[in-house]
Amino acid sequence: MASTTPTQIDQAPPVTSSGRSTGRAGDKIFAGLSKGSGILLLVIMASIAGFLTYRASIALSKNEGNFLTTFDWNASANPPVFGIAVLLFGTVVSSIIAMAIAVPIAVGIALFISHYAPRKLAAPIAYVVDLLAAVPSIIYGIWGALFLVPQLNGLNLWLDEYLGWTYVFDKTQVGVARSLFTVGILLAIMILPIVTSVSREVFLQVPRMNEEAALALGATRWEVIRMSVLPFGRSGVISASMLGLGRALGETMAVATVLSPSFLINGHILDPGGGTFAQNIAAKFDEANEFGRDALIASGLVLFLLTLLVNGAARLIIARRKDFSGANA
Amino acid sequence: MSHALQDQRPAPAHKSAAPARLTRGGLPRWAPAGIAALSIALGCGIGAVAGLASKIQWGLIASILFVVITYTASAVVENRRQAKDRIATSLVWVSFVLAVIPLLSLIWITVSRGLKAFSADFLTHSMNGVTSFEPGGGVYHALLGTIEQVALAALIAAPIGLLTAVYLVEYGKGKLAKAVTFFVDVMTGIPSIVAGLFILTTWNLALGFGPSGFAGAMALSILMMPVVVRSTEEMLKLVPNELREAALALGVPKWRVILKVVLPTAIGGIATGLMLAVARIAGETAPIMLLVFGTQLINGNPFEGAQSSLPLYIWEQYKVGSDASYDRAWAAALVLIAFVMILNLVARGIARWKAPKTGR
Repeated sequence: MASTTPTQIDQAPPVTSSGRSTGRAGDKIFAGLSKGSGILLLVIMASIAGFLTYRASIALSKNEGNFLTTFDWNASANPPVFGIAVLLFGTVVSSIIAMAIAVPIAVGIALFISHYAPRKLAAPIAYVVDLLAAVPSIIYGIWGALFLVPQLNGLNLWLDEYLGWTYVFDKTQVGVARSLFTVGILLAIMILPIVTSVSREVFLQVPRMNEEAALALGATRWEVIRMSVLPFGRSGVISASMLGLGRALGETMAVATVLSPSFLINGHILDPGGGTFAQNIAAKFDEANEFGRDALIASGLVLFLLTLLVNGAARLIIARRKDFSGANA
Repeated sequence: MSHALQDQRPAPAHKSAAPARLTRGGLPRWAPAGIAALSIALGCGIGAVAGLASKIQWGLIASILFVVITYTASAVVENRRQAKDRIATSLVWVSFVLAVIPLLSLIWITVSRGLKAFSADFLTHSMNGVTSFEPGGGVYHALLGTIEQVALAALIAAPIGLLTAVYLVEYGKGKLAKAVTFFVDVMTGIPSIVAGLFILTTWNLALGFGPSGFAGAMALSILMMPVVVRSTEEMLKLVPNELREAALALGVPKWRVILKVVLPTAIGGIATGLMLAVARIAGETAPIMLLVFGTQLINGNPFEGAQSSLPLYIWEQYKVGSDASYDRAWAAALVLIAFVMILNLVARGIARWKAPKTGR
């Protein structure tokens, strides 16, 4: 910066001497441009909602089934019959499984990086976890389908044998593990980095005074974390989880490669079958006619609204937290 | 912050030697390692004796033993609170290991399987005339498509993203700025397939254009914009206010202050953010699948006709499901992962190289 400021001084006088009007005009244009692109972003968001709603309304007006409760997707047929019940179920269940696995582990990693890892190792470890986020989802997909699925057969049988009485883990169909459960595990791996990095940021913001006070009272490291770090970071972890949930809801390729889809709601999560919004769009798009596309767009709109809701809530929690958090401490 | 914690812990141990004992007897420093070795040995022993086939079960037994032995040993020698602390420590370590395993496995599998079909020919040939079940063919057309689409997307998204960030940091006040900030955040979470559907409804259905690389690039740019805005915003906030004030005090118009002082100061961080955003969209499959369609041929023109791209190529080869196509899919995955990782490393390199100039 030392190099930029002097050149600035050299250049400044000609600009001012050439008259203020040029400067003002430039100011107006530049301010207008930057304000314009801010507005453009809002326009894009609004038009996403608008255009999707428009196409979706075309599809819904001709739908012979009930959009919310029909267990079928024959949108290209005449008359078209389709409903999102199965997709909604599959999307929510796989995301919940992903959250249940990912959030505790992510909090653990975040604590590891912020409070446990040797100081020199913390930064490289954070970097490695971020690398997980850089891997494209299609590669997770083929890794999941060609490597993880065969590996999980043993785990599935084990769960079926010992936890089969819980209904959820009862495996009623023989077959490879192309199930919602496997999808959930894969999604958990994929959302780990975002949950970890947001939680880590929050844990690092815990006021040092709080931690030192706890230590001074003779608390062990775990007690420090339980009494000062976790309460401070709770809302941060919640919003981090919701950001992860948003990712898991909209994931396409990893689900499309791993899941063997079917249009049934099946509470036995180890059984192959089910579907998610994004996976259904990817799978049905090639064979869909113009009307089928509109139907898929309608399901995309539901997905859009779902993620909008989850992400918006997460951001609101973060924003509210900022107002009284340790930024000034 | 973690520094402080770690410094506090050993301190009593040193002092305890001098006067009377300030701390009660603790487990020696090598205790965790010793207990780990013991429980692994026991786990393997039990596993071998009971004849359990799965090595994972051996590991589970060993880890359960580790937890139990640590807890009892610590509870007896130290106290319950220390015991809980030790359990928490091992859980935190375990969660870290759990995160590293999939990453290592994924990279290992991609590299080892990807090298089978990978060669110079693979990089320089398309799939033209190669039936899906025979070996051979390559990713040239897909690589070309990815580079063109990503470049176009960056050309669209970078100026808009940069200007929006400038607006938010330098000009933004009031409700509009708040709304933009909020929706940029929400936009980060838009599923890629929804961005694809949006371009499909506008560009292809409403305006009647066919599939092309450009349509894909527009969807990618929607995914890229919020990421650019966020990272640029963070960087611009780091520019010290003194720099702005000094320049303004010399009578420099605000737009020149931004262009000549603020942006150059933050340029390293901005470039890093751009590269990371590019790396993120390079691996997107869903919008490309809806909008670019995929082809076996080399199409160098992103504005007309179907193109291919690396992620789409992997998906197509995976769907074919033959041994040869799986090999091609892994090899393409290797190329894609290398592409993304190189972008990442370059981005971090820029960040480190330019770091001292950001004023902190």
